[in-house]
Amino acid sequence: MSADGLAVSCRQVRKHFGEGETRIEALRGIDFDARFGELTFLVGPSGCGKTTLISVIAGLLDRSAGDLAVLGTRMDDLSGGARVLFRRQNVGFVFQQYNLLPALTAAENVAVPLLAAGVPRKGAVERGMALLSRLGLANRVDSLPSKLSGGQQQRVAIARALIHEPRLVVCDEPTAALDSTSGEAVMGLLATSAVQPDRAVIVVTHDTRVFHHADSIARMDDGRIVEVTRPNGHSGPGPAHSSLQEVSP
Amino acid sequence: MSFVALRMLTGDRAKYFGLVFAIAFCTFLLENQTSIFANILKRTASQILDVTDAEVWVMDPQTEYWEQTKALKDTDLTRVRGVPGVEWAVRLFKGSPVAKTPAGKFAVSFLIGLDDATLAGAPRKMLMGSWERLREPDSVVIDKAGYVLLFPDEPLELGRTLEMNDHRVTIVGISDASAPFVSLPVTHARYSEAVNFLGRERTELSFIIARPAPGVPVPELTRRIGELTGLRARTTQEFEWDCIRYYLKHTGIPVNFGITIAVALVVGTVVAGQTFYLFTVENLKQFGALKAMGVNNARLMGMILLQAISVAGLGFAIGTGMAATFFEITLNVLATRGIVLMWQCVALTGCCILFVVVVASVLSIRRVLVLEPAEVFRG
Repeated sequence: MSADGLAVSCRQVRKHFGEGETRIEALRGIDFDARFGELTFLVGPSGCGKTTLISVIAGLLDRSAGDLAVLGTRMDDLSGGARVLFRRQNVGFVFQQYNLLPALTAAENVAVPLLAAGVPRKGAVERGMALLSRLGLANRVDSLPSKLSGGQQQRVAIARALIHEPRLVVCDEPTAALDSTSGEAVMGLLATSAVQPDRAVIVVTHDTRVFHHADSIARMDDGRIVEVTRPNGHSGPGPAHSSLQEVSP
Repeated sequence: MSFVALRMLTGDRAKYFGLVFAIAFCTFLLENQTSIFANILKRTASQILDVTDAEVWVMDPQTEYWEQTKALKDTDLTRVRGVPGVEWAVRLFKGSPVAKTPAGKFAVSFLIGLDDATLAGAPRKMLMGSWERLREPDSVVIDKAGYVLLFPDEPLELGRTLEMNDHRVTIVGISDASAPFVSLPVTHARYSEAVNFLGRERTELSFIIARPAPGVPVPELTRRIGELTGLRARTTQEFEWDCIRYYLKHTGIPVNFGITIAVALVVGTVVAGQTFYLFTVENLKQFGALKAMGVNNARLMGMILLQAISVAGLGFAIGTGMAATFFEITLNVLATRGIVLMWQCVALTGCCILFVVVVASVLSIRRVLVLEPAEVFRG
């Protein structure tokens, strides 16, 4: 853990797609921090750059300009292969559409990050079963995703994101495909199970019903962070700049 | 991740079986058509290959294949016998008399006249009787298919008579001669009698068959005979290929089979290749998720190749099994006897399937390699 408690530190991060007339500025100088032990929400209207920002943070996209440090590592310093390894070891993903492998059982899906890391299948699946049991899905470990409800699938996806004990978890609209009850349950699970003192969780969401779970909410608009709030009066260290921040373009 | 790759492959049963069936069908079609083609061409040299006593065939320099003979002079036999390295050389007659049964059934037949003294070239695979009985006067050995053709629905029986161009002969043996290119009876008789079954001509010596002396290589002997006599001398294998090449060059067989094989190749492989390619494309989202989670490109390539090889291996095995079953059944049918699944055709088909699967895999892998892992966040 870094001395300042920052898991993610973005300074004037920019990202554009295309060139010339087709150039699109997706991120226009982002200053953003995510702290260990906190659940940080990224919110804002569609097309404001939330998904692009977490893709850059997770090392899935290269930024165009600015400084980015994730878990104390400057992403620029990593080669392609090292970045893949970094993701495998340090980042957990939860996707809007779950992205579970339909041919694998719940436990096997959870085990995928371990299999990717070279853990033998039997041990990996057993760990997956154990984690699913802790998350309340003990009776569904052998079920295929098609036999699970949306909420259950997302819980399996969360287990998959946590199984290899990553230090950063990024979630893209994890409740968007769920009804309010399931969405609340999933977000509660994230808040209670994913957040750890040595782990940061960043959630992109539109869902205002789950904002009360957040330790910090960063609002985005038009490729910029326009406001950072701490709704629960979190007593720990707040974002690097202030609890309420306006960033000028 | 091999386990994940295989489960991805077999997870959708309908797609998986479709993929396996496409490859199995393609394999069956290719092995079936190429084997039939090769075996039919091989039939053009059946009577050559059935002569296991000799390794060298001597003929007129203008002779190109088995059916096309120009009679040699009797003195040619003596000249061949005089070539150093010849252990023995004997005459062989080939003619096509009409064989007629007492009931009036008749058919043009292949008649092979064997050297009276040695009976070299006699059929060695006998079903009834004995080739040695050819020494009896007015005797012939006929192959089973010819017997069935001339005596339909009657049991195999020795002692029956045939009329060959007004000569009455007795069947003293029934052979299991290899099927000729044209489905006609194959009969064997002594040379002196065989020439009498046909109209006498000034010269009647179709071929001379010979065997090299111990220590003399067959190709060396054929070279010597050619140099010293001016006749055309071929090894059994060379003569076999002469016949095959002649039919390839002068008949429509290769075109007809070629078209069928090409259609089988294109339809089968395109269907198999495209199905596998589409399978990967449909799984791009899953590969993208794996890529996002830190599965590197090499591992993903390995997964796709494993899927390709697995499905190709299973499809190829099933297709080969189907082809083997087909030929096992047709092997016992008189008209298709001797047509077998050739290992060369299996190997060739295997190469074709492997090629298609590799191409489909490369195209699939390309799609996965250029896939941006961030795509998975776009729903």
